[in-house]
Amino acid sequence: MPEFDNAFQAALNLILGLDPTLVGILALSLQVSLAAVAVGAVIGLPLGAALALWRFPGRGAVVVVLNALMGLPPVVAGLAVYLLLSRAGPLGQFGLLFTPGAMVVAQVLLILPIIAALTRQQVEELHAEYREQLQSLGLSRLRRIPTLLWDARFGLMTVILAGFGRASAEVGAVMIVGGNIEGVTRVMTTAIVLETSKGNLPLALGLGLVLLALVTLINGAAYLVGETARRRLG
Amino acid sequence: MPKAGLILAALALMGLSLPATAQGIGHITLASTTSTENSGLFGAIIPAFTEATGIEVRVVAVGTGQAFEIARRGDVDSLLVHDTEGEARFVAEGHGSERADVMYNDFVLVGPAGDPAGIAEADDVNEAFARIGAAEAPFTSRGDDSGTHRAEQRLWKAAGIAPASPWYRELGSGMGATLNTAAAMDAYVFTDRATWVAFRNRQDLTLLFEGDEALFNQYGSVRIAPERHPHLKHDLAAQWHEWLLSEAGQQAIADFRVNGEQLFFPNSQPNAADAP
Amino acid sequence: MTQMAHQLPELAIPALRFEGASVVHRGQTLLQPLTLSLDGCRRTLVMGPNGAGKSLLMRLAHGLLLPSAGQVYWEGKPPRQAMVFQRPVLLKRSALDNLTYALAVSGTPWRARKPLAREALARFGLSPLERRPARVLSGGEQQRLALARAWLLNPKVLFLDEPTAALDPASMRAVEAAVVDFHARGTRILMTTHDLNQAKRLADDVVLLHEGRLIEHSDAERFFTTPASPTTRAFIDGDLIW
Repeated sequence: MPEFDNAFQAALNLILGLDPTLVGILALSLQVSLAAVAVGAVIGLPLGAALALWRFPGRGAVVVVLNALMGLPPVVAGLAVYLLLSRAGPLGQFGLLFTPGAMVVAQVLLILPIIAALTRQQVEELHAEYREQLQSLGLSRLRRIPTLLWDARFGLMTVILAGFGRASAEVGAVMIVGGNIEGVTRVMTTAIVLETSKGNLPLALGLGLVLLALVTLINGAAYLVGETARRRLG
Repeated sequence: MPKAGLILAALALMGLSLPATAQGIGHITLASTTSTENSGLFGAIIPAFTEATGIEVRVVAVGTGQAFEIARRGDVDSLLVHDTEGEARFVAEGHGSERADVMYNDFVLVGPAGDPAGIAEADDVNEAFARIGAAEAPFTSRGDDSGTHRAEQRLWKAAGIAPASPWYRELGSGMGATLNTAAAMDAYVFTDRATWVAFRNRQDLTLLFEGDEALFNQYGSVRIAPERHPHLKHDLAAQWHEWLLSEAGQQAIADFRVNGEQLFFPNSQPNAADAP
Repeated sequence: MTQMAHQLPELAIPALRFEGASVVHRGQTLLQPLTLSLDGCRRTLVMGPNGAGKSLLMRLAHGLLLPSAGQVYWEGKPPRQAMVFQRPVLLKRSALDNLTYALAVSGTPWRARKPLAREALARFGLSPLERRPARVLSGGEQQRLALARAWLLNPKVLFLDEPTAALDPASMRAVEAAVVDFHARGTRILMTTHDLNQAKRLADDVVLLHEGRLIEHSDAERFFTTPASPTTRAFIDGDLIW
């Protein structure tokens, strides 16, 4: 497999050369995915917790839909957001299409179900354990949400990393709503697609390795922080 | 955690707004085709335009069909595609206000070096297609309703062949992906020259047939109708359109080379920019 | 929290009434219709073999569970309450933070929380452990932390559901001492146990349940010396199947 040797060579050259274009693309990838994860967490964590705590008619259906949306194809999310943000669409006047902002919106749509669904699961388990004690303390459901989210924080860190993984790995959504514009909306995954279509397979794979290294780095950092905190707080 | 998330979101969004505030007068968004973008043409000519006018051009490279669609919806300021018929229809339907020839490149037939169908000896492109059909040699087609795909279908028709599986394989992919597949399957493939020259994963593929005038691929620049989409940057888009047709733009196109080879041949009509 | 505040507090504790309260779960009657009145600032021990319905009675009394039929209510304004479970439910935080959390929930101003929490830790002999994660404490330490949390809530009524069932003798004594302290501070005690000796040590009155039915409710002395029911006799003699 000479492609793989060449890919490692390409990856090494890209990293060692600190190619400014590559740095820009990497930085944008990170910004977009981190912003999407942050927005997804701010909405998804309380949403998932609320789903875990409240019983209402149709709750089962909501849970099933949320679980199913975890498998939403990125292209479909991209297409939906494109139609929303297009000039002819309902949110067209904001001029978000083909900007990093649009990419964030599309990725939020992708990872919100993951964060909300997995949060619901974790909070529900923890609440089964805490319920009587919290009820004894006289806590309303609403006031239980921050308590449960905080006490589930180590598990939720993994949930958020899963969201980040999906955001940083997907290409279908950002390609459609971002347009893969050089220097504006080109991120790692769309650059990989571009190089592949040019037949530049070693470079494409090299970019893939760089992306993988970056994601590994972030996961490693999160793991370390989590482990340290876990050991300290139990 | 929600609080930390909020702060993170705010920081990230602040960072995101940075690249949006670019230098100069502003930017336009141009819809074009993947094959044009992949050739590297824009990387060569846009800097010259930006230097002359201060206008940044952001290229969204998609399939021809998608390019027309996003232009129809008012999501881009200008169009540069290679589907003369489609462009004419776009203008006739009132979506475009003006269309002009900019340049052409050509299509070529590529296949395995062994050339099992013997198309290298064909007298014209019709015979080349007929030979592939007669030999039922593997042929990969983009099958994506792109400009290239439409041109290929016209040529099959002209050769009197109705291509069919199993030897004819429609992929529904872009040009690059189709070339990658052809290389892996030792199949013939119809491609634009620009993508082919820049293509790096040739393996056993080689250029077998070229030069017939029927293979010329005309590019046109289309301006979007202001009355349909008043919000677009029509003034800036007009400058881009006129620059492409101007002597400076035409020269920049002629000067673009890949591996020493000229890929695009400027052919704007004199005074086209002044036409209504 | 001066001692004065706790003078004659029993006058302030309303009676808890069960009127035909029953618990049915999936067609099975776990607690037969129960009528019972608990009043005064006493230490009531609820006894009975496993499955007698002791925990159900506690949960009904504390409002963690609603009766399937009948009523459970306080005769007057429901008093401030706290509950200590057999397996203490502690948050995934430090010992100190578990206490400040309970204070925050009960509306204690931010500045007062840490001093109060440290006071409670000291009272229950947990001061050296204040920064330790609550979940890694030993069973006895966890139960004392749960008692410290209840202490801070300054309840009028304290429910304890088998609080010493899983503890070693030393920890058990600490819990019993705490129960005495709570009562001395004016807290009404409602506690389940299956330990006769513990009941003898602590009880003012005893409620005996058997197979989801109320067998007897009498003062401790009478319960242990001249029980009204033959079932009670059998229970005291250790002849009831557990």
